Amino acid sequence: MVSDEQLLRVRADRDVCIGAGMCVLTAGAVFDQDDDGVVAVLDETPEDIDAVRRAVANCPSGALSISTGTPAGA
Amino acid sequence: MTDTVMTEKSELPVHMRRAEFDPVPELAELRDGPAIARIHTVVGSQAWLVTRYADVREVLGDQQRFSHARFLERRPPGMADLSDEEIAQARAGNLLAQDPPDHTRLRRFLIPEFTVRRMKRLEPRIREVVDENLDAMEKEGPPADLVANFALPVPSLVICELLGVPYVDRAEFQARSNRMLDLSVPPKERTRIARESRAYMAKLVAKAQAEPGEDILGMLVREHGDDLTTDELIGIASLLLIAGHETTANMLGLGTLALLKHPDQLALVRDHPEAVEPAVEELLRWLSIVHSGIPRVTTTEVEIAGQKIGPGELVVLALPAANRDPALLPDPERLDVTRGEMGHMAFGHGIHHCLGAPLARMEMRIAFPALLQRFPTLRAAGTEPGFRSFNVIYGLTSLEVAW
Ligand code: HEM
Ligand code: HEM
Ligand code: SF4
Repeated sequence: MVSDEQLLRVRADRDVCIGAGMCVLTAGAVFDQDDDGVVAVLDETPEDIDAVRRAVANCPSGALSISTGTPAGA
Repeated sequence: MTDTVMTEKSELPVHMRRAEFDPVPELAELRDGPAIARIHTVVGSQAWLVTRYADVREVLGDQQRFSHARFLERRPPGMADLSDEEIAQARAGNLLAQDPPDHTRLRRFLIPEFTVRRMKRLEPRIREVVDENLDAMEKEGPPADLVANFALPVPSLVICELLGVPYVDRAEFQARSNRMLDLSVPPKERTRIARESRAYMAKLVAKAQAEPGEDILGMLVREHGDDLTTDELIGIASLLLIAGHETTANMLGLGTLALLKHPDQLALVRDHPEAVEPAVEELLRWLSIVHSGIPRVTTTEVEIAGQKIGPGELVVLALPAANRDPALLPDPERLDVTRGEMGHMAFGHGIHHCLGAPLARMEMRIAFPALLQRFPTLRAAGTEPGFRSFNVIYGLTSLEVAW
């Protein structure tokens, strides 16, 4: 379990995304592409953070980031 | 090997010299030593050759300081007779020749057609195309040229159907796209072929404008007909047709030969479905078929690997060097289909990252195992395969096989 302080939030900048779909291949449970082919985050606080880190590193356009967010309601 | 081939090879810049699959050792020495060098490109321009993984990634990720539009604005040596209008026409719609915001605008029109989901829908049709070609090969019997009978026709038919290009015209445009990326063809001749190619595409675009079909051209006309000029439509279609032909085809030919030379790894790909995806990534990395180096032009003074470079200079990125950088992975010279490294840059990086990557991956993931399962005793036969070094894309001219 991650403690509240460590809770990580996945963000995608839809203006930067070039629709390469690498994120969908790397972490399909977390990312999808909408009808325009632009990234959509399915799960902002995913369990498998390693896959997300790989997706962030592999995203060709630099559209993805992980931030330490405050959990909702905290 | 004949003397002429040796002479030709030694004239190539260091990053384009290979012994079969492998870049010459001098390239690794450069990368692991000074990392950057002054070279002459095959077409005679002076350039800075960038070789390390981290440096190549930084340049590709920074379109502000390293422009691609600037590269194609320069008139290549030997193409001085192109008019300004022709240059502008040739650039219109060519995604590779644009910087943001023009690039973003064009790319947004196209990405819905190349999403991972869209490719899944195409999967059954790609399987059919692969099986039809294998049926034909089996019926003809061995020996066969794998390039002419499998590696080229599969991606060729797929891109034609996707785009809406009549496959019956293939002899004509296959020959053209081959020669357009062939750097040993004199620039004047390549200009002539490029004009012919545009004229051919212009006819198809006019047809799609009159009667838009269910293909990419039809979609672009129907949904974005008001936003795209006719020149842009022609440019997009030309780029997709060339890119769809010259890339996957060479991965399939060269990749099959690589597996034939590593029989234990071939058996893995043939017999274990879960081995296929990582194997495709490793073949992409190890073969790094985008061979002539990716060009960019500096927009300001920059520093790469400790070297100060002024504005307006040509920088060439050596993907085969970067993808075999020990900083990327251990034992980089070895083909090991079990590693499945996604961090490679065979599809480039940054905003020009290959639009067709999901399609190319799908084609390879289907084609390699299907070929190896159909002919479990596949082997290279007869004449030595011909490697083509004087091309933007590395590959085989032919690969005679038997089974
Ligand atoms: C319609 C499609 C294309 C057009 C019109 C086009 C046009 C050009 C032109 C005019 C050059 C300069 C060549 C010279 O200096 O003589 C060039 C170079 C190059 N192109 Fe393309 N290109 C196209 C597609 C592609 C594709 C699909 C790729 C790769 C996937 C590619 C990769 C390159 C590379 C790496 C070079 C550098 C060659 C060198 O200077 O050594 N091109 N292209
Ligand atoms: C294994 C096969 C392939 C490889 C290794 C490959 C490699 C590349 C590379 C390295 C680039 C970046 C060039 C640069 O940054 O200057 C690129 C761009 C591109 N590729 Fe591919 N490619 C492949 C297959 C395809 C296919 C099948 C298509 C089309 C159907 C395609 C269409 C494109 C397009 C349109 C671009 C330009 C994207 C942009 O500028 O935004 N490629 N490719
Ligand atoms: S990998 Fe990056 S550029 Fe590609 S679809 Fe995902 S967010 Fe967009």
